[in-house]
Amino acid sequence: MRDRRPLYLMTPALGWLTAFMVVPCLLILGLAFFRRGLYGGIEYTLTWENIRLVFDPLYAGIFLKSAWIAGLSALIAVVLGYAAAYAIAAMPRRHQPLLLFFAVLPFWSNYLVRTYAWIVLLNREGLIVHLARLLGFEGELPSMLYTETAVVVGLVYNYLPFVILACYAPLSRLNPEVSEASRDLGAGGWTTFRRVVLPMTVPGIATGFTFVFVLSIGNFVTPALLGGGQFQMIGNLVYAQFLTANDWPFGAALSIFLIAIMMGLLTLQTFASEKASGGRNA
Amino acid sequence: MFRTPLTGLALIAALTSAASADDLVISNWDGYMAPDAIDAFNTDTDNTAELVLHGTNEEIMGKLIASKGAGYDVVFVSSPFAEVLNKLGIAETLDHAKLPNIANLYPAANELKHDPGNAFSVPYAWGTTGLCYRADLIDETPDSWWDLLTPPDDLKDKVTMLATDRWLLAAAQLANGYSVNTTDEAELAKVKEDLISAKQTLLAYDDTTFYAKLVSGEADLVQAWDGWCNYGIAENADIKYVIPAEGSDLWVDTMVIIKGSEHKDAAYAFVNWMLDAEHHRWAAENILYKVPNKAAMEGLDPSLIATFPNMGITPEDLLGYEQLLDVGEAQRAYSRIVSEIKAAD
Repeated sequence: MRDRRPLYLMTPALGWLTAFMVVPCLLILGLAFFRRGLYGGIEYTLTWENIRLVFDPLYAGIFLKSAWIAGLSALIAVVLGYAAAYAIAAMPRRHQPLLLFFAVLPFWSNYLVRTYAWIVLLNREGLIVHLARLLGFEGELPSMLYTETAVVVGLVYNYLPFVILACYAPLSRLNPEVSEASRDLGAGGWTTFRRVVLPMTVPGIATGFTFVFVLSIGNFVTPALLGGGQFQMIGNLVYAQFLTANDWPFGAALSIFLIAIMMGLLTLQTFASEKASGGRNA
Repeated sequence: MFRTPLTGLALIAALTSAASADDLVISNWDGYMAPDAIDAFNTDTDNTAELVLHGTNEEIMGKLIASKGAGYDVVFVSSPFAEVLNKLGIAETLDHAKLPNIANLYPAANELKHDPGNAFSVPYAWGTTGLCYRADLIDETPDSWWDLLTPPDDLKDKVTMLATDRWLLAAAQLANGYSVNTTDEAELAKVKEDLISAKQTLLAYDDTTFYAKLVSGEADLVQAWDGWCNYGIAENADIKYVIPAEGSDLWVDTMVIIKGSEHKDAAYAFVNWMLDAEHHRWAAENILYKVPNKAAMEGLDPSLIATFPNMGITPEDLLGYEQLLDVGEAQRAYSRIVSEIKAAD
C-alpha cells in the first residue's frame, strides 16, 4: 500500500489555497463575462464587452504604461540589488548575516509608512529641500514628488530587499575555486565575472526581476501616494472599477489580464531557472 | 466624499465589523457624528443601535446594492447616491409624522432638487466647493475657476484638485458655465480638454490631505469643500476660502432609512434624535460643516462664524447653486473621462 501521509500533510494547504485563491479567481473570471447594472451590481446576461474594452486604446495604454514602469523599476532594482548582493557575498562570512539583516530591516515596518516616508523626504517643504537650504542652496529645486520618477523610486526602494536576497543566494553558493580556476586559465576579472559568475547567478537575477516586476505592475498604493493620483497604473484602474466606478465586471476583466501577465512571467521565470540549473548539473 | 484622512482605516474597520442582527445598524463616515452619539441615542430612547463605518459613498453603495439594503437600517450618503437608493427601491418613503424634529430644518432644506419635500432622505450637512488658498503666499486673490485650471506662473505645481469624479469635472464644468450635471458630448469634450491641460500646472489630485498641503506650504491654492478648508483655517489664519465668480455646486449629505429595515421605528427614532437642535449642532461645532438645521445653527457661537466665514453662508445662497444629481447612464462617460484625464501625460 502506498504511503498516504504526504497526501494528508498537503490537504490543509491545498484546501486553503483552493478555497481562498482558486475559487475567488474563478469567480472573478466568471464575473468578467456579465454586464454591469446601471447603478453597479451585476446583470446576469453574457457579454464579451468587458474583454473587448480591455483592448480599447485607453486601457491598453494604461497596461503598457504600467508594464513600462514595472520593467524600469525591476531593471534598476536588479542592478542595485545585484551589486549589493555581490558586495555582501564578498565580505567575510561572519559579517554576512548582519549585512543581510540590515538589507531586510525596512521590511519590519509597514509598507504604507515606508511610502509616506518618501513624501516627507521629497515634498517641496520636505527634508531634502530643507537640507539643501541649510547648505546654502537658494532658489527652487525641481519637483521631485508626484512624478513618474517618484513612483519608480518608491517601487525600487520597497522591493530592493527581495532582489538582494534573491541574488545573494546563488552568489553565496558559488565555489570560489571556480573563479580562481578562471583566472588561472587567463581570464581577467571582468571576463571572469561576465563569463563565469554572471551565468551561474542568472536564476537569482531572473527571480529578483520577476518579483519586482510582478509586485510593481499590480501596485496601486505607490502610484496613488507618490504619483499624486496624476497617472494611473493598472492597479489603480482595477481599484477604481471595484471601489468607485462600481463596475465589477470590467474590473474583473482587467484583473484577469493582470493575473495572466503575472502567471505568464512566473512560468517563464520557473523555466529559465530550471534550464539554468539543469545546464549546470549536466 | 471622503470624510477623514483615515479612509483606509475606516474601510478596514467597516470590513471587519460585523453587526448583530438584533441591533439597529447605522452606517456613517468615520467621525461624521459625535463619538458618543450612538450611546447617547441608546440611553435616550432605550434602543440598541450599532455604528458601522464606510470610507466612501461608493463603498456603502456597493454593499447596499449587493444586499438590496439588507443588514442596514440608516445610512449616511451624499445626495446623488440617495437618489439612486430611491430609484432602486431601497430607500424608505418617509413618514414625516414620525420625524417631528424635521420642523427644525430651514424651509430651504425642504426644497432640495434631489428630493423636494424630503420624501426619501433627510439632509444632514450641506455646503459648497470652492477655492481654498494661502492669502500670504498668493499675489492676486483668486476669484475664478480658471485661476485653478490655468494658474499664473508662480502657482505652477502649487495647485491641487479633488480626485473624486464629480467634483473634478465640476471645476471645469463651472468654469465653462455648464451645468454640473451636463451630459452634452461637446461640453464634456471641452471639460476633458481643459482638465487635461490643467494637469500641466497641477501638483496632485488630492481628496484627503489638501488642507495639510496648504498648511505646510506645499500647495498655495486648492480645490476644496468649504468644511475641509476650515480645517486649514483652524491651523493657519492666512488660509481663506472663496467661491469663484462662476459659482459652486451645492453638495448635500443625507440620512436615508432602508425600506426593508426590520427596526423601522428605531430607525425613525434615530433620524429624529439626530435632528434635535443640540445633537445636530455637534457637526457644525466640531467638524465645521454647515447643517441645514435652523434651530441648531441659530444656537451656534457667533465667534465660530467670525473665524470660519463660510459657516455663515445662508441657506438662500446655498440654494442658488446647482446640486450634483444622479446622471444615470452618463456616469459611465464621466468615469471614462476621468480615466482619460488621469492617463494623459
